Amino acid sequence: MDILTQQLFNGLTIGSVYSLVALGLTLVYGILHIPNFAHGALYMLGAYVTLTSMLLWNFNYWLAIAISIVVVGLLGVLMERLVFNPLKNAPPIHDKIAAIGILLFLEALAQLVWGADYRTMSTPYGEVVNVFGTTLTMQRVLINVGAIVVMILLYLFLKKTFMGSTIIAMAQNRKGAHLVGINTNKVAMLTFLISGGLAAIAASLSAPINLVFPGMGHLVILKAFVIIILGGMGSVPGAILGGYILGFTESLGATYISNDYKDVIAFVLLIIILSFKPKGLFSKEGF
Amino acid sequence: MPAMTKKSIALIALIIGAMVIPFIIQNEYWLHILTLSFIWSIAVYGLNILAGYTGYLSLAHAGFFAIGAYALGLLTVKVGLNYWVALILACIITSGIGFLIGLIALRTREHFFAIYTLCVGYVIYLVIDKWDSLTGGVRGLIGIPAPSNIGPISFQSATSQYYLILFFLLATVLVMYRIVHSLTGRTFIAIRNSEELAQTIGISTMKNKLTVFVLSTFFAGLAGALYASFIRFIGPDIGYTAIIFDLLTYLLVGGIGTLAGPVVGTILIVSVSQSLQFLQDYRMLIFGPMLTLIIIFYPRGIVGMVSEWKMKWFNKKKKTPAEKWKSTYSDSKDVREDKVKEG
Amino acid sequence: MLIETRNLTKQFGGLTAVKDVDFEIEKGKINAIIGPNGAGKSTFFNLVSGSYIPTSGQVIYRGKDITKLPPNKIAELGVARTFQTTNLFEQATVLDNVIVGHRLRTKYNLLDAVLRTKRYKKEEKKCKDKAMEVLDFVGLTNITDQLAGNITQEEKKRVAFALALATDPEVVFLDEPAAGINSGETEGLAELMKKMVKRGITVCLIEHKMQMIMKLADKIMVLNYGEKIAEGSSEEIMNNQDVIEAYLGGDASA
Repeated sequence: MDILTQQLFNGLTIGSVYSLVALGLTLVYGILHIPNFAHGALYMLGAYVTLTSMLLWNFNYWLAIAISIVVVGLLGVLMERLVFNPLKNAPPIHDKIAAIGILLFLEALAQLVWGADYRTMSTPYGEVVNVFGTTLTMQRVLINVGAIVVMILLYLFLKKTFMGSTIIAMAQNRKGAHLVGINTNKVAMLTFLISGGLAAIAASLSAPINLVFPGMGHLVILKAFVIIILGGMGSVPGAILGGYILGFTESLGATYISNDYKDVIAFVLLIIILSFKPKGLFSKEGF
Repeated sequence: MPAMTKKSIALIALIIGAMVIPFIIQNEYWLHILTLSFIWSIAVYGLNILAGYTGYLSLAHAGFFAIGAYALGLLTVKVGLNYWVALILACIITSGIGFLIGLIALRTREHFFAIYTLCVGYVIYLVIDKWDSLTGGVRGLIGIPAPSNIGPISFQSATSQYYLILFFLLATVLVMYRIVHSLTGRTFIAIRNSEELAQTIGISTMKNKLTVFVLSTFFAGLAGALYASFIRFIGPDIGYTAIIFDLLTYLLVGGIGTLAGPVVGTILIVSVSQSLQFLQDYRMLIFGPMLTLIIIFYPRGIVGMVSEWKMKWFNKKKKTPAEKWKSTYSDSKDVREDKVKEG
Repeated sequence: MLIETRNLTKQFGGLTAVKDVDFEIEKGKINAIIGPNGAGKSTFFNLVSGSYIPTSGQVIYRGKDITKLPPNKIAELGVARTFQTTNLFEQATVLDNVIVGHRLRTKYNLLDAVLRTKRYKKEEKKCKDKAMEVLDFVGLTNITDQLAGNITQEEKKRVAFALALATDPEVVFLDEPAAGINSGETEGLAELMKKMVKRGITVCLIEHKMQMIMKLADKIMVLNYGEKIAEGSSEEIMNNQDVIEAYLGGDASA
């Protein structure tokens, strides 16, 4: 029973991180129909920027995260302007290759700047707390609370503000959005900004319980893809739900099946889903 | 047709050039690099027929390369089979697995296909990495034999290995040439162009896509098997996703969807990155942006660029006499008109 | 009759795009489907050519139920179609674009292609001959070696016709063949359609250009909101009250 609660809480924590990463990915996919393979690199950079601000300039954890959000968000915007916008009308294979090019560059850059070694991020919230008879570190609680706060803010932004509603409008119908006078370029940039910011938050929150290294984005991004296929490409609630489903599946799978193969669970799940539903779980096409 | 003969002369010259290289390059290290890039070229040709001609970007091909390599390694080292039997079996095993994966993967399209195959590639890597009892896990597989003698011919020396791999590369190019210049190849291109249209002109898209997928994994497997017997040691990292990104870079730089692209891109990039050895870990700092820039500005790579220039140059040459005539004609007309005005 | 649809219905989610349509396409004639935008014309085409599977109803071709056959099987039976937007492979020649249209009548496989067998040579020649024949039929013999990317819009339309004809069809479905070309060129395409019928090929087309249809079609069906509201010769259609209302927007009662 104790192990189960522990694992459920673990699943919740992993799920929170996955959801945040998947949210950024799904927003970009919804707007531009680009599977942004470089999103994992944004996640990785998010952790490094936070780490560097803390180590180099002795910034407070929260300030470091804020800087990271801005830096990575702007990097996302830059990517949209320099790469994806020029490729708007190119065959779909081109976006993917371009995204892979960015991914390779950013990873090599990180390795050049910060080296290939694994690093740890210290946190001011290392203390252990006791909740309902389970011992937890404060950082893990913070990840969960932080993720939920961010999700609520994102929801309010998308539903209650004009800017947010333009994103939704464009995701639903790009041409239509253009026709009613929405500046699609601006919305695309805004979406990349949010997407990058979400990646930075996810990475900065989870870095203290994981390690920071140039390849840290690989698995996370692959799993985020699995999640948005699970939850429907472009769907916001789907990304959140999918993230938590995968988080729980993994933490339970690691305990009760095999820790060695816990990373395979996501991919096997994906292979099974796409085998039966080649267009994802919630494809809208009328076939 | 003079153009035809010109082309075949150039081709024959290239092949002869490749044949005499071992006599010119005495440096065994460079011969090794060249042989290695031939092996990678074979895998890139496999990727090209699928991604370039049929429009399906598979990110699982490093996995198939690794399957070919491990199949050969295990069959020779652990089972003790004859090298050539193992080579044939390795190709069959890889394309067999390719068939099964293709059967499911090809139900998906575009982004879903890319993501699906990326995950398949990762699973192949993880299985090789974790299945310690079979593959040796992270320790890898050592002592893979070089190709065994065929009659009096032995493949122990670097030169003989070079010729062996060159033979396989030329065979690959020949097969690709014949496919691309046949209705089969045009069928693949029709699928890349529009699957909907292809179906309505009676093409069974699934059957054709599966054929090309299996073919493409066959060459990935062949390249992997040749790699294993050339390097004599393999580890799980040859199946890692980084390898597929390397292959993609070779293909893109050379020219995706062109016949010469794979070999041009691979030899160029492999030799450049060897000369810049110090860059090894940071090569993606250059290759990454290159990949992105090429896809934006020269989506058909070096080969596409050259043929574009050639066409422009050819058109210019063809046009020039007529334009000259036209311009002199109009000049004289102007002059005449001027005269009329003056008069 | 050549093709018959019975109670053909297609729903997308809650939306009914085509509802209970019975239509008979008559052999050796020019059949036309007209209707306002969003009337379900293209969906109807997609149902008959197998691109969509109907929610209910049947498609009968020469007495055979082809409702659930995939498009490539339907093409093999002799039903060809063109699309509104002409998707040609622009980096290849016109001939190369058309040649692949006869692929469905060949049997050679990958191995034949690699080994260049007798069968391969025979069938490649057969396809090339067929392509030249249909390009001659549509009047494009002069541009067979040009790149498809360099030809005019009207020529592209003709290449699309040739591609459909290369499959040796009994019936050809043409999706707005005259869209995006001028009236002189439209005349030319109309002539071509008549020529096809003379050759014994049944034609069925969707078109917006009413004048062209009224002159050309032997039989017309009118769709509105997915339902058949009229069917008959051009005079019958022109005098039909429902059709006039549908076109003049007299649907205020709805």
